[in-house]
Amino acid sequence: MLCFLLSVLVLSCSNSSSNSGESSTVTSISGAGATFPYPYYNIVFRDYMRQQGNITVNYGAIGSGGGIRSLRDRSVDFGASDAFLNEKEIASMNGEVIHIATCLGGVVMAYTLKGVDSLRLTGPLIADIYLGKIKKWNDPRLVAENPAIKLPDLDITPVYRSDGSGTTYNFSDYLCVVSPEWKEIMGKGKALKWEAGIAAKGNPGVAGIVQQTEGAIGYIGSEYALTLKLPTAKLKNRAGRYVDATLESISAAANVELPDDMRATITDSGDPNAYPMSLFTWILVYRDQKYDNRTVEDASQLVDLLQYVISPNGQKVAAQINYAPLPPQALEKNRQLISKINYGGAAIVSGNLSEATDSTNTVLK
Amino acid sequence: MKDKIFRLFLFVAALLVLVLAAAIVYALVSRSSEAFQEYGILEFMTNAEWDPRSATEEYGALSFILGTLYTAFFALLLCIPFALSVALFNGVYFKEKKIAGVVRSVVDLLAGIPSIVYGLWGFYTVRPLVIDLGVNAQGFGIFLSSIVLAIMIIPYASSLSSEFLSMVPNNLKEGAYSLGATRFEVVQHVSMPMASSGIVASFILALGRALGETMAVTMLIGNTNRIPHGLRDTGNTMASVIANQFGEADGLKLSALIAIGLLLFIITAVINLIAKLVMKKLSHA
Repeated sequence: MLCFLLSVLVLSCSNSSSNSGESSTVTSISGAGATFPYPYYNIVFRDYMRQQGNITVNYGAIGSGGGIRSLRDRSVDFGASDAFLNEKEIASMNGEVIHIATCLGGVVMAYTLKGVDSLRLTGPLIADIYLGKIKKWNDPRLVAENPAIKLPDLDITPVYRSDGSGTTYNFSDYLCVVSPEWKEIMGKGKALKWEAGIAAKGNPGVAGIVQQTEGAIGYIGSEYALTLKLPTAKLKNRAGRYVDATLESISAAANVELPDDMRATITDSGDPNAYPMSLFTWILVYRDQKYDNRTVEDASQLVDLLQYVISPNGQKVAAQINYAPLPPQALEKNRQLISKINYGGAAIVSGNLSEATDSTNTVLK
Repeated sequence: MKDKIFRLFLFVAALLVLVLAAAIVYALVSRSSEAFQEYGILEFMTNAEWDPRSATEEYGALSFILGTLYTAFFALLLCIPFALSVALFNGVYFKEKKIAGVVRSVVDLLAGIPSIVYGLWGFYTVRPLVIDLGVNAQGFGIFLSSIVLAIMIIPYASSLSSEFLSMVPNNLKEGAYSLGATRFEVVQHVSMPMASSGIVASFILALGRALGETMAVTMLIGNTNRIPHGLRDTGNTMASVIANQFGEADGLKLSALIAIGLLLFIITAVINLIAKLVMKKLSHA
């Protein structure tokens, strides 16, 4: 926890670079939504503010649902969500909404087992552990998957989130894909009715119990687990490979045919190097920016901000705090989507984002 | 004139507290009405199902009510021998001695330790012991929570009890001594019976504390939304389920959580009322 906060803090301080531009009028951009990418947005928006000088970006981490509601009510300039809008939600919005993927994350299986530093798991095994069907670490099915190591005769303590969470949603979403039984009994959601295990609040709560309990296993957001360097299990992906959760393997999950509107789940990705429990997170904006009292300048500032987030600088920041950067194909789709944003039908000329941005920003390596 | 202003100030301040209390009750009642209307109060209290999935959404408070009662009463049971010993030590045997002052200060200090610190202590220190005892595989549950709760409520039970024990009139005790009673017999037949209702009241107040304790219990009980089967099992209390799930809740779930809050409020209020009545009986005796 402390490590995580510290690294966020250090990074956010290290970017005190040039404050360019005379701030004649201060424009403000406001957004609200998902909590999962909040540490990333916090830093990337601050970098953008420092670089622009005359812009403030406010982001409220109120949860994906709140972000979608706020955008629908037009009380924010952009919303943010860990799940793309379904057809019903799209119909309920005040205009056509564009999804811009900003980075990727994963859900990792952290565990504590003395003497075991490389554990292999499959989706169906995880499902059966959490369904209470596999109770011991030396269960024949676990042993069969891990021939090289000696698993102890020890009770498995599955740990899950006691609070509603997007991490739980993505975890259960993956298990629904790979285990028909899970889909039948548990389903997917931000909170579930659990069959086995104990619960704790937030990533820190789950990580705390897993670290302190011999024989415990828990699912944790990758951005948190990678920062803490918790021991995590390799997961068998669709191609049959056992993959560690790393930024590279999570990014690789997006190396699949993506739809033009970027509304894609990349869980159980078909890419041979992909980590199977991976996910996009999105920023949502209205395609036509001419609504309420918005000026063309407001619209172009927003487009600038989006371009900055998916720029090499923005993506570099993501990787530094353990969010997986977008692969080239996803970036390209994003660019096409951003170019569709208009102001009453007229194209938006985004002038502020100069090529020089790469040199103005010295980020901690 | 000054006196009048001061009286007015006191009157307003007191009134404000009353209004605030009424406002809290009103907020709890109005925001829990959705859940009570959906299920009915009795069914809500007797249903153990807690299913937050949107397709099969259903909320009942029974497992949390039972989890709360199990932990609180077991904690009370565990705390009685210790709290009573401390009370007798301070209020009878070492009354007005220096050592009694030291013990009293240390016990009072226990009351001042923040709940989260007890939680951490339980997590890192007591839990491994519970695992070694073989209670269950991971240590969390009713048993662990009750042990830590018992220690947390000792000061509340003991300080009031010793107060009542020391209030037992001296002439009664001297009468017993003059009849040849030993010190133990005096405690057994004079001090304890005289102070009994006060002691009972102080334990009821301690129980009230245990019922509402949140942070430490949340860290130790395992947070499983099921009826706990015995002391070895994990569970959830009314306070800890609210603390755990309040953040992301909305709609019916939020209303159900507030309804649990209202029930906890009522249970604690009734417990405190009983304690007051018992004490009142004492002062009339």
